[in-house]
Formats: sequence, C-alpha cells, structure tokens
Amino acid sequence: MTLIHEPDLGTPAVANDHDVTLTIDGRAVTVPEGTSVLRAARGAGIDIPKLCASDNLAAYGSCRLCLVEVEGAKGTPASCTTPCADGMVVRTDTDTVHALRHGVMELYLSDHPQDCAGCARGNCEIQALAVQTGAAEVRYGRGGASHLDDTADTSNPYFTYDPRACIVCNRCVRACGEVQGTFALTVDGRGFDSRITAGGTNFLDSECVSCGACVQACPTDALTEKSVISLGMPTRSVVTTCAYCGVGCSFKAEVQGTGDDTRVVRMLPQKAGGANEGHSCVKGRFAYGYAAHTDRQLHPMVRDSTDDEWQVVSWEAAIDRIATGFKALQEEHGIGAIGGISSSRCTDEEVYVVQKMVRAAFRNNNVDTCARVCHSPTGYGLNQTFGTSAGTQNFASVESCDVMLLIGANPTDAHPVFGSRMKRRLRAGARIIVADPRRIDLVRTPHVEAAHHLPVRPGGNVALINALAHVIVTEGLHDEAFLAERCEDVAAYLAFIADPAHSPEAVGEEIGVAPADIRAAARLYAAGPNSAIYYGLGVTEHSQGSTMVMGLANLAMLTGMIGREGVGVNPLRGQNNVQGSCDMGSFPHEFPGYRHVSRDDVREIYESMWGLTLDPQPGLRIPNMFDAAIAGTFRGLYVQGEDIAQSDPNTRHVEAALRGLDLVVVQDLFLNETARFAHVFLPGTSFLEKDGTFINAERRINRVRPVMPSRVGKDEWQVVCEIATAMGYPMRYDHPSQIMDEIAATTPTFAGVSFDRLDAEGSLQWPVNDAAPHGTPTMHIGEFVRGKGRLIPTHYVPTTERTTRRFPLLLTTGRILTQYNVGAQTRRTENSTWHPADLLEIHPSDAELRGIVSGDVVELSSRVGTTRLTAQVSDRMQPGVVYTTFHHPVTGANVVTTENSDWATNCPEYKVTAVQVEVVTEAARAHAGAGADVPADAVAGRP
Amino acid sequence: MTTVWVPCDAAARAVGADEVAEAFAAAGATVRRNGSRGMLWLEPLVEVETDAGRIGYAAVRPQYAGDILAGNHVDLGVVEDHPWLADQHRVTFTRVGRHEPTDLAAYRSDGGYAGLERALTLDPADVVAEVTTSGLRGRGGAGFPTGIKWETVRKAASDLKFVCCNADEGDSGTFADRMLLEGDPFSLLEGMTIAAYAVGASEGYVYVRSEYPDAIATLRRAIDVARAGGLLGRHIAGREGFTFDLHVRVGAGAYICGEETSMLDSLEGKRGEVRAKPPIPALVGLFSQPTVVNNVLSLATVPMILADGGEAYAALGTGRSRGTQVFQLAGNVKQGGIVEADFGITLRELIEGYGGGTRSGRPLKAAQVGGPLGAYIAGDQLDLPMDYEAFAEAGAMIGHGGIVVFDDTMDAADMARLAMEFCAKESCGKCTPCRIGSVRGVEVIDRIRSAPDADSRHQAFVLLEDLCTTMEKGSLCAMGGLTPMPVRSALRHFPADFAKNPPIDSDTNPPVDSDKNPPIVHFSSEGSTS
Repeated sequence: MTLIHEPDLGTPAVANDHDVTLTIDGRAVTVPEGTSVLRAARGAGIDIPKLCASDNLAAYGSCRLCLVEVEGAKGTPASCTTPCADGMVVRTDTDTVHALRHGVMELYLSDHPQDCAGCARGNCEIQALAVQTGAAEVRYGRGGASHLDDTADTSNPYFTYDPRACIVCNRCVRACGEVQGTFALTVDGRGFDSRITAGGTNFLDSECVSCGACVQACPTDALTEKSVISLGMPTRSVVTTCAYCGVGCSFKAEVQGTGDDTRVVRMLPQKAGGANEGHSCVKGRFAYGYAAHTDRQLHPMVRDSTDDEWQVVSWEAAIDRIATGFKALQEEHGIGAIGGISSSRCTDEEVYVVQKMVRAAFRNNNVDTCARVCHSPTGYGLNQTFGTSAGTQNFASVESCDVMLLIGANPTDAHPVFGSRMKRRLRAGARIIVADPRRIDLVRTPHVEAAHHLPVRPGGNVALINALAHVIVTEGLHDEAFLAERCEDVAAYLAFIADPAHSPEAVGEEIGVAPADIRAAARLYAAGPNSAIYYGLGVTEHSQGSTMVMGLANLAMLTGMIGREGVGVNPLRGQNNVQGSCDMGSFPHEFPGYRHVSRDDVREIYESMWGLTLDPQPGLRIPNMFDAAIAGTFRGLYVQGEDIAQSDPNTRHVEAALRGLDLVVVQDLFLNETARFAHVFLPGTSFLEKDGTFINAERRINRVRPVMPSRVGKDEWQVVCEIATAMGYPMRYDHPSQIMDEIAATTPTFAGVSFDRLDAEGSLQWPVNDAAPHGTPTMHIGEFVRGKGRLIPTHYVPTTERTTRRFPLLLTTGRILTQYNVGAQTRRTENSTWHPADLLEIHPSDAELRGIVSGDVVELSSRVGTTRLTAQVSDRMQPGVVYTTFHHPVTGANVVTTENSDWATNCPEYKVTAVQVEVVTEAARAHAGAGADVPADAVAGRP
Repeated sequence: MTTVWVPCDAAARAVGADEVAEAFAAAGATVRRNGSRGMLWLEPLVEVETDAGRIGYAAVRPQYAGDILAGNHVDLGVVEDHPWLADQHRVTFTRVGRHEPTDLAAYRSDGGYAGLERALTLDPADVVAEVTTSGLRGRGGAGFPTGIKWETVRKAASDLKFVCCNADEGDSGTFADRMLLEGDPFSLLEGMTIAAYAVGASEGYVYVRSEYPDAIATLRRAIDVARAGGLLGRHIAGREGFTFDLHVRVGAGAYICGEETSMLDSLEGKRGEVRAKPPIPALVGLFSQPTVVNNVLSLATVPMILADGGEAYAALGTGRSRGTQVFQLAGNVKQGGIVEADFGITLRELIEGYGGGTRSGRPLKAAQVGGPLGAYIAGDQLDLPMDYEAFAEAGAMIGHGGIVVFDDTMDAADMARLAMEFCAKESCGKCTPCRIGSVRGVEVIDRIRSAPDADSRHQAFVLLEDLCTTMEKGSLCAMGGLTPMPVRSALRHFPADFAKNPPIDSDTNPPVDSDKNPPIVHFSSEGSTS
C-alpha cells in the first residue's frame, strides 16, 4: 500500500556510443558522453540535491543547489549543466558545498510560507531539502520583502496556481514548452518581482490546454491539483491505462482508501509509460470524474416497451430476460436475427468474450465494432498492401523522422500527447506537410511552421495522393531498388500512376491545391531521408477511404519509407481500445488476429478450443444490421459501450432501425441516446474498475488494473459469460488473465502475451511470439507480413456527394481537445468549461454572404436532415467548407450526415456532406422553442 | 571662410554644443561636427582650423562665437598637442574627435580600412593568429583572450555564424563605447568585418543599450554609408563571395543584457535571461549558431592590429595585460574623460595625474573601478598598476575601465547598500542567490546600521558575510557573483562607516525593526513560530 515514486535523475538521458568514466566522491562512474554530472551522480545513488532540475527537461541552472567541486576547475559549478568528462574528479560533499546549499535554502525559505502543516501538499521538495541541508533556521527574519501577500489563481477547474509558494524554478514554464509544446507560460517581471504568468492573463483565459505538465513539474505546492487541496494527499498508486484516446497513456491512479471506499485523488502520468513517457492531456489527467458521476447507472434495468419506465431488477432477472428473449427471436426469425456490437472502450478480454458469445452462443457472425465507422478502411487497406491491419511503427519512431506527412488528422486536438511529441521533433528541425481542408494548429503553432499546407477539399484525397505519387515517379524520385526487391505488381502501378491524368496540374484546381505546392511537397517527402505518414479519420471516413489508405501505402513503398525507425504508415487510432477490439476479431468476417471466418484452419482452432462448430459465413456489419432491422429480418441487438444513436451517421436511419428491433440490450455507464431504444440496460464498469488490457495505436498492449472493485456488482466480462451460459453455451473464467491466456493460445500474434509477461515488461507491442519475445516496435523489417508489398492502382472516383445550388457548402467534422467523441465521459466533468457546445466554424466570406456573425444561431441542413448550431466565423476554414464537432448530443451533427460510405468497409463518409447554412431569424427561433441554447453542463440522461 | 569644429557627441550636446554650433553658423563660419576628444571638463570644446593647426577653445558659450572668430578669446593652443591628449597613447581612440563620424573618406585617409585590406590578403586562420599574437583580451570586462574565442568559432563547423558586438555599456561611470560609436563608428564596423572574415560569419548584430539614442542614430548612418561604399553587404571590398550584413538592435533598459548570454536571449526576442554555460556562445550562441561576442573596444582595436601587426600591439602593456586600455574617469573628479594608456599605468596616476584629483577639492576617499560590481580602491591600493592580474590578486577588477572617484563625503555603508540594491534592481531573476540574495542584502545592511546593540550587529555582519559567500560562489553569472566585491571592499576599507546609523528617510528606506520582526524564524512542520 504505497505511492509509487519514480526516480528523477535530474537531466535527460543522453544517447551516445562513447562512454566516459569519472570519479564522484571517490566512486568510479561510467556514463554516455554528454551526460551531466548530476545525472551520473544520482544514477549512482549519490543524492545531489536539486530543485529546478527535472529529467524530462533540459538543464536550466536556476536553483544553485546542485553545486559541486571539480578538481582542477575554479569555483563551484552546477552539476546539472556540467557534462561528464573522462578522468574528472568530482566532490559533492565538501564543507564549501554544504555551506552553499545551506545558504541557498535559507534564501528560498525566507520567501516561502512557513506552515507545512497547513499546506495541501503536505510534503514537497522544498520541505525535504530544508531538512536535508539543515536550513530549518532562517536568519533573515520575516520583516523583509516577500510574496506572501500574492493572490492565487483558481480559474482553472482542475488546479490552482499559488504564487506565494513559487520559487521561480521555471519547471512549469519549461514543461509547457519542452514537453507540451504550447508555450502558454512565461515569467513576468524581473529579479525579485519575477512571477510565473500564463501570458498576462489567468490560466483559464490563456493558451493553457490544461495538460497538467506544469502541475507535476512543480516542486512546491505553487501548482497543485484542486483535488489534492480538497481531499489531501493520496496513499497508494495503481498503474493503469487511460480510457480516452488511442495514445494509451499510462497513469498512476493515486487514491485514498481501499475496496469500496477507494477514492481517486488524482491521476499522474507514469514516466515509464511506453506511449506517453510521463506526459498526459486534460482528459486523462483530470477528467476522470465521470466514473463517480450521479448519472452513473449502478443496477440492471428492464422494461417491456420503450414507452415504459425502467424497472430495476436483479442481475439474474436481467440476464434471464436477455437469454430468453434472444433465443425466442432466433427461433422465430432465424439464427441470424440477433447480433452484437462490441465496444472499443472496453478491454480486450471484455471484447473477446463478446465475439465469443456471438459466435458460440448466438451461433452466427453478426458481431461488429465501432472501428467500422472510423478505421475499418485502415484494416482493409493495410491488410491488402502490407498484410497487416495496423500501424507499422511505435510513437518513439517520430524521433528519427525528418519529414512528416500528416493527412486528415489533427493530433494536437485528438492525440495530444503524441501531438506534443511531433512538435518536439519539429522544433528540433524536422519538417511537416499538412494535408487538411482546415488550417489546423500544426500548420502554424509556437516554434513550428509547416513546410506546406495542402488545403485539399473534402473528397479530393485520392486525387491528391495520386498526384504526389505521380510527381515522385515521373521525376524519378522513387526507390527502384526497394521496389524491385520488396514489392510486387510494380510495373502495372508505375504505368498507371505516370498517366498525366494524375498530375498535379490536372487535378489541382478540382481539389483546391496549387500544383506547385503538390510538387514541392512530393519532392520533400521523397527526399526524407526518413519520411513518415501520419493519418486519421480525414483519410478513412470517405467513400474512397480504403482506396486512400492503399494510396498511402503505395507512397511509402514507392519511396522505400518502410521497415525501419523514423518512417512508416501510422494510423492514429481514435479510441483507447479500438485497435484491441479489432485485434480481438469483433468483425463479421474475421476471427481474432484478422483471420477470415471462411478459413478452415482458423475455424478449427476455435472449434476445438470452444467445443462446437462455427459458422463459416461472414455476418452483418453495423450498417447491414440497421438495414436488416428496417427490413424486418434482424430483431435483437446487444450493444456494449457504444452510443450508435449518436455516433453513427444518418441518425434518422439509425433510430428507425432501433425502433424496429424487438430486443435491444445496452451495456454502458450511462443512459445514452441508444438506451432510449433499449429494453434491457446492464450497468457497465469504468476503466477504474476494469482488470484487463487496452491496445493503443502502436499495437502496444497495456495493462488496465483495477483501482477499485466493480461498482455494479459484476465485471463486464462476467456478465457476458453469464448471458452466453444462460443461452446454452457455458462460458466461465475465474480471472480475466485466463481470457488473455486463451487469446494467446489461439492467436499467433499474441502467442507470447500474458498478464505476467505484461507486468514484467510494462507493455508489449504485438506480434509477440518466439521470433519476437519482447514484442515488435517496427514492422515489415526485411519483408512485409504478406511477403512482398502489393502496389494497387488507386483510381480516383469522386464521391457522389456533390455540392448543389441547394446545398452549396461541404461539411466536415472533427474533434477538439477537451471533449471526447460523443462526450459521454467528458461532458460529465469540468471539461465542459472549455467546450460547452459544439460550434459551426465557417469562413468569413461564406458567413458574410449569409449575414452570419459569430454567436448567431444557424440552421445546418443536408438532404438528409436539419439541425441547429451556434456559428463561429473563423479564417481557419476555407471558403466552401464548414466544420463542426459532435461532442454534444443536442447538436445532432449526425442528423445531417449521409448514408454514403467506403466501398470496401462501409465506413461512413462523415467527412463529406453537402449542406447549406442559414442564419435563424428571431421569429423562427421563437417558433421552434429552445433552439440551440445549450446549457453549460452535462445533458441529463433521458429514459 | 573659417572652418569650426563643434562636437556632436551627446556629452557635448548636453552642455549646449548644438546651440554653440548654431551660433557659429550664424556668425558665418563653416561648422563641422566631430566626435568628442574625451576632455569632458572642456566641453563644448570648439576647434578652429588655422594654418598652425586646429586651435581649441574651452567650455564655449554661443555668445563667444564672434570673439572666437575674431581671434579675441583665450585658447588652448593646438588641441592634439594638449598635454592631456599628448601624454596618452591613443590607439583605439586615435581618430575620435578628428573627423565627422560618418565621413568615410576622412576615415580612409586616416588609416581606416587598412586593417581589412591586409586581412583579406591573409588566410582566415592567420587573421585569428594575428589577433592572438596581439594579446588582446575582452575589453567588456571579462578579459578573455580574443584570439582564442575567435579560433573556437572559426573551427566550429556551421553554415551560419554570427558576430555580435555588445554595446550595452551599462556600468556606471563608463562612456567609452558610446563615445567611440559617436566619434569613430567605422572602426567598429571594420573590426566586425575583419572578425566575420576570420571566423566565417555572414551576419552581425550590434546590440546597443536603449539609453544611447545618439549613438544608435550615428551607428545606423555609418552602416548605411559603409554599405553604399561596398564595405558591408555582398562582395565586400571587391572580394567575391565575402558577404557580411550588419544590423542594429536596441536594448530595453536592462543592465543584465550586458552579460553576453542575456544579450543573445534579448537578440532572439526573449526575456534577457542568463544562460548556463556550457555550452559556450562560441559554439552555441545566437539562434544556437557559433557566435563571436565582443565588446565595442575589443572590436574597434582589431583594425589597428591587422594594419600594424599583432606584435605592435603586444609590445605595449605589462605582464599578461598587453596593449592599451581606454580608461574613463568619472565621478567626483576635476578633469573627467577618456584616458587611453598602456596597461601598467597606476590608478593614482590616472586619478591625480590626468584627473587632477577630486572636483570638490576634498580629500580622495576611494575610487570604484570596473563598474557597480567593482571593488572600492583606497589607500595603498591606489598605487596598483592597471593590470588584470594585479587587480584580481588585490580582490578588485579592471572591468571595462570605468573609474568613479569619491571624496570623503562618501559613506561606504551607503555604497555597499547601493551595490545590493543595484543587483536587486537589475537581476534577471533566474538564480536564487542573486534574485533573493540581493534583496536580503539590502535588508541585512539596514539591519547592521540600525542594530540596537553590538551583539545583533555582529550577527548581522556574520549573516552578510555568509550571504556574500553564497552569492559569490552560488550565482549563475557575474551579476550576483560580483556584487559581494564592492560590499566586501567597503567593509574592509571603511568598517567605521557601518557603525554609524544611516540618515533615516522613513518613507523610502524604513530600517528593519528588529523587535517586531525577529531575525530568526524556524521553518518546520510544526507550524510557524516566532
């Protein structure tokens, strides 16, 4: 029962093939050349004191506590800024040094609040050092100048800045710059008057993105979590994984109490976390309060019809209702009349048992997951070209990257911790090409400017990627040796792409990108030496999503940018476990490990493991389920942790489908939009209560460890097992680790994975097998998973979604930092302070034409539906394109999105909808009622 | 038509030189504006061209113009023969006061650009070697061998290198940089151009303090003239491929930006904050590129070193202090101004010989040499030779060569307090010993002077000495590191001044009340105690 303290060695690690050996206090120490004396000493267990140094920040030299004596050199240099040299002789314990430490601490304490007992932090680095250096007696007295009358800034909902305790060590300023890359903080004033400021305003109104890096950097309680102030310090830590996005940050959940009395005090990012290395964003760091929100449903509930009130029942009753109901529907309408949708927010173990339940208890393949609506084209496209349905690198690979090609993704908002790593590499000299209809932050942000911004019009992706490839091939910039050795179908592809119809000059005007910029970007990418593609839903959520993914793969193969660090094709997976739910085979056509259900050899593995025969025919995808529901052949649905009524396109169609079902079972934390159509509600567990694994965008399998026991009486995987059992297929595990053992036994890419191995290694990137017992950071080294990479001609077929006179604008969608997807979690936290409502961003010229100013309520309509939003005029947009987010159900963004989807995977074309925007007049608003006035806090769950 | 020279230097203008110039013009003379000869007690010093040479007239008022032109006014004789000037050894300052500062033809006819011409015939490595041979050391105050600094930059592998001139002359009692900028700016430009050639730099910056508007204007004009004359920009002096562009940047009222790394931060548009070393600016400097940072006087001496050879400069001086120093006499001195002399001259010769002793006529109590962070020199120490090492051994420093003279009305405890106060006001705030220590230093000195009994005074002395050690050894840069020097020298030479109570001005300097605010507070977990 302890807090996990991660050691801080003072200055960052240095990579160097050459070592040096020096003597510190008589001991020989060997370190890579370039390492600081401070780090060398601390690494050897010699505790040189420090306050301003931190091993995730460059050495600064402010506090002057780490001074040492170096033989042969004058004076007392700071060990944090002194690099080790061969033969150097250092003393850290002389009288001179001790006297200096004492003197410095005495100065610090002369301007610091004196009552440690009343301090929220209770024990901080200043206090520890005061004792260590013997400076408990402060001879300067209390009558002198001080900052003890300064007032605190409590504007940020999650943390406080109290200047009285500030020692101006600048760790917060440096963390905001070097780690987060936002540069929101600086120092105001000079000398004794120096005070940290968030750019001349308070924290909330500033550029601060509330990532919390400054809070964990602060050695005193100047920057402290409000939860620590109100609850006190935590007493124990549990290392787990964030449940928001696909970066998959590792956190130490710091809590008080045990068992059902456990209370989370704060979430601290873990330095040893493979994906995040000690950094986090506002969501994972602070927005965990939803798990304890009053909206949380804790009991199973049933009702006969969706017009009835919910009735709380026992687990047995609920499960019995489900089993009986599903079996009856199958008897009446056929085996294929029911299905399940697994969650990409739940653990691998929880998802695995859902697909097992569908296959073994429902006896069909009607199982799908939300990857359908986001990265299914990635799965298809990369499988076709490389043989693997996942990204090729790890995040650390960006550190060796020279040129980034970022298409259809906005990492600083949607994958903030990785976005910060990108910015760090860009500040160090790498270049970036941004292809996005909007001028996203990475086009121009402090100390970063894109080499090229290609403002491709929504729908023009494949034409753009073909144009880039055309330039590379026709200008002779492709890697012939790589193509000859490692790829197939090369000649046909080269002939295809060399066609002048694919040239920048031929397509530039249509897609809205200057041909000269396309040529320059292509040359930059081809030149590398290490070029990497990073992409997101702006690539996949299109009618040619899969084609575009193949186009990206082609580009990487053409230039040999595969199979080593610093390059590759990197899909930025959205959800915390969308990679996992795909890996776990929540697909109508694939078993775990992306093996087609028609393959006899694969089916035999499961048939013998599970003891029954399995359906070799692919089942229904989510869109097929809706169509079949409306047609009357699909009657029952189990939905785990996904709000399809809010997040799937064409809401009217989805609602009609749900209304047509006889039995809808929703398992979730809250009563969501989908639950409005449900007959059975099963309460789920939050990530704080789960015991399992999540897999992030790097294929990294991370442990999710329970911080507290399930608040609803059962674990989610147990519930699924009980449903299967009640339906006639006995499923039982004593512990979730056994589920992972079964996954490992049946899935070659997971062969070496187990909870024990994960505890020992921290995390593992699949494939994990005999050939790669410690996992696989970089894939396709030497050869592709399918052998040779396949170059597939990618014909540009414009979407049928065209602008018309009636709908002259194109709508595209996205996310912002503080809210997460449909907002189920984040709307139930203080994050709504920043984003209480979705806004429609519109270019000034489009706005002026329509008489729209920022703040106006506007009507957004497409051929499918209409909704209302508040407008924001923004020159980040281009004329002809509007943008909104979908974090608030009342926005109803998907009321207007269409049924268009990717030809290969049915991934909806969220990113291209022809719309019109009109300002709503006062009269119309009064007639319609509440309109788009959105309350600042969460939307209450509706029955 | 008589030609009359009236200085345009800011010091001369401050005592009416512009009005004097107008008066002469109105009286029908051809008025030309030169730099100041650096004999400040004679300003405005007007020089009339005659067949015998330029005849000087001291402290001229506008109403004297007619008499002077008619030959009816007492004169100083030929200015360059004036013993004050003739006894000096003006090497760096040789041209200051002779010409209009931006007259390129006059500069060239008076030895200007001979240095660059010779440098371009040598390999860059040999140019650096010449500077090393000369023994030139940084005249800003650090005294670091210039040749070694240049060699480090020359050998650094980079496509982009810079030459920066530190013209943030912030030390009290110094004005040599300003006078050179206003009197002979081309010598600086030539020196920087030679440096650029030697180290492989293509861009240069002159960082001038904001409080020197006249110098900034003159410098900018000189740069324009030099560029028009093909001596800045591309293909300098006809040399294909040799490009050097020079920009002026103005400070914003921060003494600390005279410290080279703060200056670099300021040039980059950031807060003027000291950077930790290593890495040294010669390798990682402006915008992280290899950078030469030198003082105005160092760079302005380079042309002569190249024109006449390094050995000619090294032949002057004493010990390891080779060449000349441009000393500035200021404060309570009868004859203040610029005295350029070989190293080795004594302080007494400067103050009593050239300076003529105190202006008030009262006994000389002490002189502060090297700026506000320099030691107070008194008694026997006044016979010290001006030499870097000799001063260092005596616990003092030459610095930029400023000498501020005090008579016996000076209170050394006031001066010690001022040293701490200056540090508090100008501290960049990055490191603890300087940021907090300087503020506490003022408070402790006040406590010494208002101590109710010998015991508490003694405790305060001990605390002050501990504080001085912490600041001296613990500070990040010389701002905090050298503040103890004047304090300790004041204590050493004039302990009696600290036993007197200060004149109390309760509005601005309330002394710390030892009864109400006990000097010792315990910092512990049990809560505050008194």
